[in-house]
Amino acid sequence: MFHWLEKRPFFFAVGVFIAIAFAGLVEIVPNFYKASQPVVGTTPYSTLELAGRHVYIKNSCNACHSQLIRPFKAETDRYGHYSLSGEYAYDRPFLWGSKRTGPDLMRVGNYRTTDWHENHMKDPAGVVPGSIMPKYTWMYTNLADIDTAYAEQITIKNVFAVPYNKPIPMKDGSTSVVKLADTLDGAHASALEEAKLVTADMKDQAIKDMVEAGNIPEIVAIIAYMNSLK
Amino acid sequence: MENRPLEYDYSVAKMFMLSTVVLGIVGMLVGVILAWQLAFPGANLFLGEALGEYTNFSRLRPLHTDAVIFGFTLSGVFATWYYVGQRVLKVSMAESKLLMFLGKLHFWLYLVGVAAVVVSLVLGITTSKEYAEFEWPIDIAIVIVWVIWGLSIFGLIGIRRERSLYISIWYYIATFLGIAMLYLFNNMEVPTYFASGGIGAWYHSVSMYAGTNDALVQWWYGHNAVAFGFTVPIVAMIYYFLPKESGQAVYSYKLSLLSFWGLMFVYLWAGGHHLLFSTVPDWMQTMGSVFSIVLILPSWGSAINMLLTMKGEWQQVASSPLIKFMVLASTFYMFSTLEGPIQAIKSVNALAHFTDWIVGHVHDGVLGWVGFMIMAALFHMAPRVFKREIYSKSMMNSQFWIQTLGVILYFTSMWIAGITQGMMWRAHDEFGNLAYSFIDTVSVLHPYFTIRAVGGTLYLVGFLMFAWNMYKTMTAGRRVEESELQNATPMAA
Repeated sequence: MFHWLEKRPFFFAVGVFIAIAFAGLVEIVPNFYKASQPVVGTTPYSTLELAGRHVYIKNSCNACHSQLIRPFKAETDRYGHYSLSGEYAYDRPFLWGSKRTGPDLMRVGNYRTTDWHENHMKDPAGVVPGSIMPKYTWMYTNLADIDTAYAEQITIKNVFAVPYNKPIPMKDGSTSVVKLADTLDGAHASALEEAKLVTADMKDQAIKDMVEAGNIPEIVAIIAYMNSLK
Repeated sequence: MENRPLEYDYSVAKMFMLSTVVLGIVGMLVGVILAWQLAFPGANLFLGEALGEYTNFSRLRPLHTDAVIFGFTLSGVFATWYYVGQRVLKVSMAESKLLMFLGKLHFWLYLVGVAAVVVSLVLGITTSKEYAEFEWPIDIAIVIVWVIWGLSIFGLIGIRRERSLYISIWYYIATFLGIAMLYLFNNMEVPTYFASGGIGAWYHSVSMYAGTNDALVQWWYGHNAVAFGFTVPIVAMIYYFLPKESGQAVYSYKLSLLSFWGLMFVYLWAGGHHLLFSTVPDWMQTMGSVFSIVLILPSWGSAINMLLTMKGEWQQVASSPLIKFMVLASTFYMFSTLEGPIQAIKSVNALAHFTDWIVGHVHDGVLGWVGFMIMAALFHMAPRVFKREIYSKSMMNSQFWIQTLGVILYFTSMWIAGITQGMMWRAHDEFGNLAYSFIDTVSVLHPYFTIRAVGGTLYLVGFLMFAWNMYKTMTAGRRVEESELQNATPMAA
């Protein structure tokens, strides 16, 4: 049979393809039928948070930080409750990472503050002596890309039925609504409103002035994202 | 005419040999920079404060992985294909104008793709998925390049004189099909600019899959990109170049059959070992773990087949640096394909995952196996392609020992670093509290990071010696006649 195959490239290629495609069919396809449902309390990202997530991705924060808490005592002691599949329902792409050069950030919003991030991003070793994390000083001058974040929100709302402007059940039994503006101007206005809540806890006057003038620097967006990780 | 030997046309092979060397230097140089940045964070600003955004660790890290995978390794795969393909199919590319055109188009489009990747990654335009960081316009370009390569492969096969496909051809076909399937499915994404009616960055896209599903597809891809980029085509190379260089027949045809079909069937299952203790269903994790262990069989099958090919001819290892490279490559292949399954055992993975031990594992595979094999292939090809003797055998020997030392320093330091950090993360004191804060587990790694950086630098130095030797071979090597080109590659002292 193999001698026969080796003289017939077409059938050979078909054979190889069946051999390699088999595992994917069995392992991956079933999970798609049971696409992960959000757990109670998981909400889609707001415009500013999503812009911050884009800053996180732009700088490959996921090269050194995981967002996946494994079910071990040492991990739940250090980072909080282990991760649940449904908590990632709105993560496109997933940001689990594969290396912890720095600590896990899955629930960093529970134990780090706006003030802490503001100082830490500017000079990590100044906040955590011995830290080998680079300084991310350009985040204090580059502007966050609100347009692209808004474009992504519209896309996922239309294509993947992400529930913006719809009541979402919360853990305490109440419901919450993540608003999505109808227009780009509206998205800018709501992102700015959210940004002001962040800068209220920041010390850097230059950043406060930028946001007052209607410009949102990357640092404000990424802090909004970090604070949303709970 | 009829009785003259075939004149193979190596013009496309030469182009890809050049890009193998150049992109190898780029990828490894960026890797060495990263290694020093981890040991001495001041190096994040090695081009000054103003360029810090483009020179810091996190921005450069995807550039390193992609430059060595899609730059150095793929160039090597293409270079050897355009050499090996003609020879084992007994047909010259010069016989078909179309194939010649496709080959050259393949090279130039590939270069355009590489340039786009470098620029976009430095600017921070990335999807964040490992080894699939490229945004949709580049994805489309990559698919086109891949299809052209496929046309080259099947076009050459279509006009072949030798009816039976040699083992190497099996592996090249599998490389083509495997990457095509994986790449397409993992890069399914929706461009937001078009889906939102023209808002935001035109190149931005959002993944078709969310959360756990996205992770599952990504590591099915990520693990098997290793399979079909770092294993399958490299096995294709060693099945051709080791028997050729040593003048020995492949030890066992049956073993090569078993290893090939075994590898094809088993490899794809093992992706789940990247997701142990994550939120993907438990049965998939177990499958990933079990199939990783089974994977030892086909991997060792190929490696043992290669080592036994040298049976009775072991003196060649001492006399020829080229044989040294290939024998060490298959040894590292065995080593790395044993280490991987060990790390895929759940209890070991609980310790090893997220640590530098994984980084060490990747590098003993790519530096020892992939890197050594590609350099050996190019060394073997150079005299046949350029009709010149290898410029310096003694330089090859020194290169071999410098790089071997580099690899050993690399993986030993990363083992110690990974296991140390893993143990410290989980340590509790007598009251049940965590014994170490995270930063303690970072500071302790400094000496190992430094040793790794030295190891990486040694490997880069060896690679620069390789580049120099190749350059001198092209320009100043003694000319050799066709009749001199038997098995062992001609080398000047």
